[in-house]
Amino acid sequence: MEYLDNLPPMDLMRSEKMTFVQLIIPVESAHRAISYLGQLGLLQFRDLNDEKSPFQRTFVNQVKRCAEMSRKLRFFKDQIHKAGLLPSPHPASQPDIELEELEMQLAEHEHELIEMNSNTEKLQQTYNELLEFKMVLQKASDFLVSSRSNSTVQEREMVENVYSNDHYADTASLLEQEMQPGPSVQSGVRFVSGIICKSKVLTFERMLFRATRGNMFFNQAAADDQILDPSSNEMVEKTVFVVFFSGEQARTKILKICEAFGANCYPVPEDVTKRMQITREVSSRLSELETTLDAGTRHRDKALTSIGFQLAKWMNMVGREKAVYDTLNMLNFDVTKKCLVGEGWCPIFAKAKIQEALQRATFDSNSQVGIIFHVMDAVEPPPTYFRTNRFTSAFQEIVDAYGVANYQEANPAVYTVVTFPFLFAVMFGDWGHGICLLLGALVLIARERKLGSQKLGSFMEMLFGGRYVLLLMSIFSIYCGLIYNEFFSVPFHIFGESAYKCRDSSCSDARSIGLIKSRDPYPFGVDPSWRGSRTELPFLNSLKMKLSILLGVVQMNLGIILSYFNARFFGNSLDIKYQFVPQMIFLNCLFGYLSLLIVIKWCSGSQADLYHVMIYMFLSPFEDLGENKLFWGQGVLQVILLLCAVVAVPWMLFPKPFILKRLHTERFQGRTYGLLGTSDMNIDDEPDSARQHQEDFNFSEEFVHQMIHSIEFVLGAVSNTASYLRLWALSLAHSELSTVFYEKVLLLAWGI
Amino acid sequence: MYGFEALTFNIHSGYLEAIVRGHRSGLLTAADYNNLCQCETLDDIKMHLSATEYGPYLQNEPSPLHTTTIVEKCTLKLVDEYKHMLSQATEPLSTFLQYITYGHMIDNVVLIVTGTLHERDVHELLEKCHPLGMFDSIATLAVAQNMRELYRLVLVDTPLAPYFSECITSEDLDDMNIEIMRNTLYKAYLEDFYDFCQKLGGATAEIMSDLLAFEADRRAVNITINSIGTELTRDDRRKLYSNFGLLYPYGHEELAVCEDIDQVRGVMEKYPPYQTIFAKLSYGESQMLDKAFYEEEVKRLCLAFEQQFHYGVFFAYMRLREQEIRNLMWISECVAQNQKSRVHDSVVFIF
Repeated sequence: MEYLDNLPPMDLMRSEKMTFVQLIIPVESAHRAISYLGQLGLLQFRDLNDEKSPFQRTFVNQVKRCAEMSRKLRFFKDQIHKAGLLPSPHPASQPDIELEELEMQLAEHEHELIEMNSNTEKLQQTYNELLEFKMVLQKASDFLVSSRSNSTVQEREMVENVYSNDHYADTASLLEQEMQPGPSVQSGVRFVSGIICKSKVLTFERMLFRATRGNMFFNQAAADDQILDPSSNEMVEKTVFVVFFSGEQARTKILKICEAFGANCYPVPEDVTKRMQITREVSSRLSELETTLDAGTRHRDKALTSIGFQLAKWMNMVGREKAVYDTLNMLNFDVTKKCLVGEGWCPIFAKAKIQEALQRATFDSNSQVGIIFHVMDAVEPPPTYFRTNRFTSAFQEIVDAYGVANYQEANPAVYTVVTFPFLFAVMFGDWGHGICLLLGALVLIARERKLGSQKLGSFMEMLFGGRYVLLLMSIFSIYCGLIYNEFFSVPFHIFGESAYKCRDSSCSDARSIGLIKSRDPYPFGVDPSWRGSRTELPFLNSLKMKLSILLGVVQMNLGIILSYFNARFFGNSLDIKYQFVPQMIFLNCLFGYLSLLIVIKWCSGSQADLYHVMIYMFLSPFEDLGENKLFWGQGVLQVILLLCAVVAVPWMLFPKPFILKRLHTERFQGRTYGLLGTSDMNIDDEPDSARQHQEDFNFSEEFVHQMIHSIEFVLGAVSNTASYLRLWALSLAHSELSTVFYEKVLLLAWGI
Repeated sequence: MYGFEALTFNIHSGYLEAIVRGHRSGLLTAADYNNLCQCETLDDIKMHLSATEYGPYLQNEPSPLHTTTIVEKCTLKLVDEYKHMLSQATEPLSTFLQYITYGHMIDNVVLIVTGTLHERDVHELLEKCHPLGMFDSIATLAVAQNMRELYRLVLVDTPLAPYFSECITSEDLDDMNIEIMRNTLYKAYLEDFYDFCQKLGGATAEIMSDLLAFEADRRAVNITINSIGTELTRDDRRKLYSNFGLLYPYGHEELAVCEDIDQVRGVMEKYPPYQTIFAKLSYGESQMLDKAFYEEEVKRLCLAFEQQFHYGVFFAYMRLREQEIRNLMWISECVAQNQKSRVHDSVVFIF
């Protein structure tokens, strides 16, 4: 006990001591103070306007302005991305600018961009129309020309018919109508030509067929080029069509359907020379437009590039500004409306730094009145804050993923720094692979400065964040690999000769009868001679399985011992007596005993079956152990241990809630107290402060909680021990896989 | 597998039910509505909505906002969710989900036909259509001159085609005919949906028959009230009522002969579930009836979530979201037109 009391304070293990502080900041220096504090990052503000909705808060307009600015910035980013440019921060960036100035600049840029975009869009539309017209002209003339050449012979006789018979169009077959392009206007057969999206052609044709009751002829041909769809900015395939029909009513119908389907109709003159002329005109206008469009795009790209230089910086600035106003919104105005009052938590060591930052803010903003910074007491439990550096932060994050410790509770991350990479290495043990991993980790660490400043992909980010974890994992892997004596699954004679040798020089019976031991055991790790022998797997499995259980029991014991230090730290003797002690007894009577058996078996070289011992310790504790007996008095010891374990379960389950209940009734002697008048006033003073807290004791809740805790512990002890066997399983899997890899890939690749 | 559908429900629809329940928890709460009602400008509304699930849809809107933009973006969210669910759904859930949109389809058809009758631009009309009720050839509706053409040209390709069998006449389209067409279509649609749900059986049939019966009864009351004083004959009116629901068949007989709102009230008060609705209204009043019906509907839709392993939740969720969008539209209109005193007139709190 004496020794335990004199332990060093274990600073690393506990979270920082926190204190509740109040800040009274004059309005004129508030913004600067908050932004300095934000850079420091050591003060956590409490939201004093919890009940107010976001737009009722004081600085809502500034927040809105920031949101608007970030919207503009997102727009720029989007535009830059669409234009296919890379937003690269310019080395010689311009000096810092004020927020108001930036706002104006952004508005200007946005206006400019939108104007340019609309201009381009207009041009693009005209360009599209011309392009479509050109395609329609080409394709439609093909239809018309081909039909004409077919019909020239028949034309003369048909013309007569047409003039004589008004109802010709209705009665003649469609094929014949189509062959009548020349005099078609007179005959009432006309055509509409246009262009439509390829995906809509089928329904379009069907609709036309229905609307005209089949009295039409539909001709289509795929357009050669794709056309840019201005709304979605994608290239679409289009189809040119020519519809032949007769009658005025059909025409209106067809035009309406065209409109409904978004098909663009273009008139194609029937006269060949006229057609040629228009085609020429269209082509020349197209080339003109193309140059204009190109110039427009270049201009726009230039503007976008100049924005791109600043974009990252602006985004950073706006984001920071928004964060400052969001924080300011958490503060309260005091009675005089001249000061802002804020409350928050800060670690005690940071008080000086915060004060210094506040002074700097007062000085820089030329304020007459300083910022008042004083400590208050709070009933709320303080937040947990661990100081981490770049080495420990990754480990802390791993631990936080499972749960954040309460204020001042022991921090398991300290041990995780070693246990996590080591347990990994137990599974990964192969010093060849370990060296590869080490090289990777070293590259990441060497380029730390460069990689840290740029944005990485999600996978790279994970690797980079855990670079020191990787480093430790690789070092431990090399260590474990040396113990397992595996280098890409090949054993090496690093620490001297193998202890075993063949019986004779031919070594013919090495795999059948075995080897004989010739000298001292191999000094470090597994003897290389095991490799490839018949008993390789049974030997390694037995070794790794037992090793896993030993490691597991040690780590579980560590966890329980941490809970002892926690209880001591918080002065909670109940937890020690009724939780820590029975837990230790339970775990060590069952699995601690198993570990002891393993060690004895290793040392004595006995052939006892440990499964049998453990199982029959429960099933028939009084039976004679027979050949599985490892030491004198084992049977009696087992009975005692089993009794201890059985007693430990009710010990950790029942006493604690009952004692808590007795303490509670004793404290209030069955009565409850109301709040005293003075404390009421105190609460009135600071209506939003953290001083409202009431303690309530609920026996059933406490009991259920304790029950869950005990059951969880008992089941956990069993299942966790089983889970640690995964160390062995994965280690086995890894070594088997690397053997396969070595034999089937590496050896084949080298052609050996 | 009647009676055991809960056993196998999760194989195909478990994922989507989880999704839809997740969506439901994103509906605005009474606290949200309270905050929204206090907003001074549309920007405040945007700011408040940006903290809800609508956030990503509204965040890139430039600042002078319009009510239509807000409603449009909120509807877009619903449509996105619907499309996601539809693409994940397997039979018969996918058919069920498609049934939900037919109502909008009918409304869209009617909107376009009426619009073209009054010589509106088709593209302008298309923008006003509900995106859930869109189909490929919707724009060609403008071509049709009478019912028969309408059917033959356009609707024969849509799922609405079977509903049309009752109203193919060669009469020209006018306002009255269109309204009758809408109600006939709706009647056929509701009956079809009802039959489909009955065929599905189990909890779906149970819950959906309740919800659809309410819908049918509400339509019957609305048809009656709207047709009072028009030239619609009693028999025609009688024909527009759906052939199921609490009011079927005796209530329909009585409704068909009603001459004013108080007679309708007299009929409805014989049915206990509707007593509470009419009890809220004073005599001769019909303005607040819509809201009362909406409130009752929301209550029933929320109850659909109390039971598990049925498709009613999808229907209920879509309806609740639509109600929410109606609420948002009303609130933003009130805010935009400075009529904040009337904000509570038409907002139906969902939770």
